[in-house]
Amino acid sequence: MNHIVCLAYVPDTETKIKIGADGKSIDESDVKWIVSPYDEYALEEAIKTKETKGGTVTVVTFGPAKADVGLRECLARGANEAVRIAADGLAQVDSLGVAKLLAAAIKPMPFDVLWLGNKGVGTDAQTLVPMLAEFLDLPHVNLVTKLEWKDGAVTCWREIEGAKEVVETPLPALIAAQKGLNEPRYASLKGIMAAKKKTIAVKTPADLGVDVAAVSGDKAAVRWTKLELPPARQAVKLIPADDPAKAAEELLRLLRDEAKVL
Amino acid sequence: MSNILVFVEQREGKVRKAALESLTLGRALAARTGGTVAAVVAGSGISGLAGELAAYGAAKVFVADAPELALYSCEGYTAALDAAASAFSPSIVLVPGSMMGKDVAPRFAARRGVGVLSDVMTLEVENGRLVGTRPVYSGKARATVSADPAAALQIATPRPNVFPASKADAPAAGEAVPLALAGLKIRAKVTKIEAAETGEIDVAEADKIVSGGRGIKGPENWPMLKALCHELGAALGASRAAVDAGWISHSHQVGQTGKVVSPSLYIACGISGAIQHMAGMGSSKVIVAINKDPEAPMFKVATYGIVGDMFQIVPAMTEAAKKMKA
Ligand SMILES: Cc1cc2nc3c(=O)[nH]c(=O)nc-3n(C[C@H](O)[C@H](O)[C@H](O)COP(=O)(O)OP(=O)(O)OC[C@H]3O[C@@H](n4cnc5c(N)ncnc54)[C@H](O)[C@@H]3O)c2cc1C
Repeated sequence: MNHIVCLAYVPDTETKIKIGADGKSIDESDVKWIVSPYDEYALEEAIKTKETKGGTVTVVTFGPAKADVGLRECLARGANEAVRIAADGLAQVDSLGVAKLLAAAIKPMPFDVLWLGNKGVGTDAQTLVPMLAEFLDLPHVNLVTKLEWKDGAVTCWREIEGAKEVVETPLPALIAAQKGLNEPRYASLKGIMAAKKKTIAVKTPADLGVDVAAVSGDKAAVRWTKLELPPARQAVKLIPADDPAKAAEELLRLLRDEAKVL
Repeated sequence: MSNILVFVEQREGKVRKAALESLTLGRALAARTGGTVAAVVAGSGISGLAGELAAYGAAKVFVADAPELALYSCEGYTAALDAAASAFSPSIVLVPGSMMGKDVAPRFAARRGVGVLSDVMTLEVENGRLVGTRPVYSGKARATVSADPAAALQIATPRPNVFPASKADAPAAGEAVPLALAGLKIRAKVTKIEAAETGEIDVAEADKIVSGGRGIKGPENWPMLKALCHELGAALGASRAAVDAGWISHSHQVGQTGKVVSPSLYIACGISGAIQHMAGMGSSKVIVAINKDPEAPMFKVATYGIVGDMFQIVPAMTEAAKKMKA
């Protein structure tokens, strides 16, 4: 079984966010970058499945040159090949544009399972998975926390509000990982050494036949017109806790009479 | 004039609250654009829902009623939305930002070659284009997002629990229009639904949440929090530390790698307030922090706080809530 894993290289969630000079994007100067955590679950599952069932794992990203660091991490963990669609110097591309680029890169590659994380940490739009599935005419299952392989098919457990849906899909299919699916491994030293020697195939949007100007910047289907720090919250009202019973009664009174949420 | 189509999520024949919120929002937008609101609903044996949707302002209700739509499938429900959009030609489509809605809206958008304003907490029409805002980067920034004004169709998924749901002053016509989905192709199919523990409210849908973190010390102490949940009608949430310790299932986890929630009341007990936790609950209307450490970051976002031992404060709150009801 052959696997393709799409991943995003994103700002570490711990990173301090500063608004960029354009007022629409972040200032990337001091940002620490990581492979999006959900994509790590996707990669782990692909590698695990390859180890038991054979086949290869190819990782694909749309990102600038610095994303090669993330791709090498994936190679070190057990991916066989890496492809980067070069985003260097491009204006902001939204999910629809990214889905078009990824679809164009993936279309000629043979695979049984296409893996993604259920969302890219940071922008958190959660729109890429269904869009990519649509462009590749694939069935997809989102938010998967468990799966069982069948002959030419897979059963997935998908997390929804208050329940799990059990979804059956034939292969090839797109499966999007949710936390709980597995515990991603660390790269071994041997893996890290081997990854250093591998070449990352870099393709430009033009190589893929995608007119990136038509899907980016002020041509993107969804534009970020402003980015700002969130409005400051009011200072906390502390309730003295010397007498827990009194404190609890006062808190509930405030929730009912002042905040009006009870 | 721009018409607005709202995708209505139903499960087991019941319309989900998030769908009524989207209908109410659709009605407010239509009042400004001078358009009409229609609803589309997919399922099996659901034609009776039109009346309820009319009460929320749907002039037309497109109904895709077929046995193979009894359980959710993205391909089936997207086909229903697509057919309704072809019949109604809306310029705006709203899909509730639930797990189902966030699965359907982007697939439909890609089919139409347009984008999705995802998970928005405000939504307006400005000069003919949809403009919304939403938290990004774990809630450390807020983005204003807007749709391509040249797009024939603009789509948004409003975040659940943020927009109010209210009936229209007078019910709309609610004319039921059956949809026939020719050549329906469903590959990924739900075969079964495994419900969580019965009677539990899911954090993603709850209006009030009581959450426990590492401070709860062990799974044997959940009954203490559950008693407070019971008195307040709240759902039980948890931090990742509590989930990863194996004290509770991931379906309760709030945060970056858990659920994103926007309840009117969020009570954090023994949760420090790491940025990844705040990414999931920072947009709650009222936040209460109960923590023995006065330096805990949760106090920085909280509306009310008690510095103290949760093992004393939480039972006292349960008692106080009982008294208040009496
Ligand atoms: C990529 C990534 C994703 C993540 N996703 C999430 C996520 O989705 N959700 C999430 O929650 N975390 C997430 N985390 C983890 C997050 O960084 C924190 O580690 C986690 O939220 C800490 O949980 P906690 O507050 O329960 O525990 P701690 O940080 O250990 O805090 C425990 C708190 O309990 C208080 N306490 C202890 N005993 C008592 C008592 N008796 N009475 C009152 N207070 C008491 C302590 O003072 C302390 O403030 C993620 C981390 C990463 C790196």
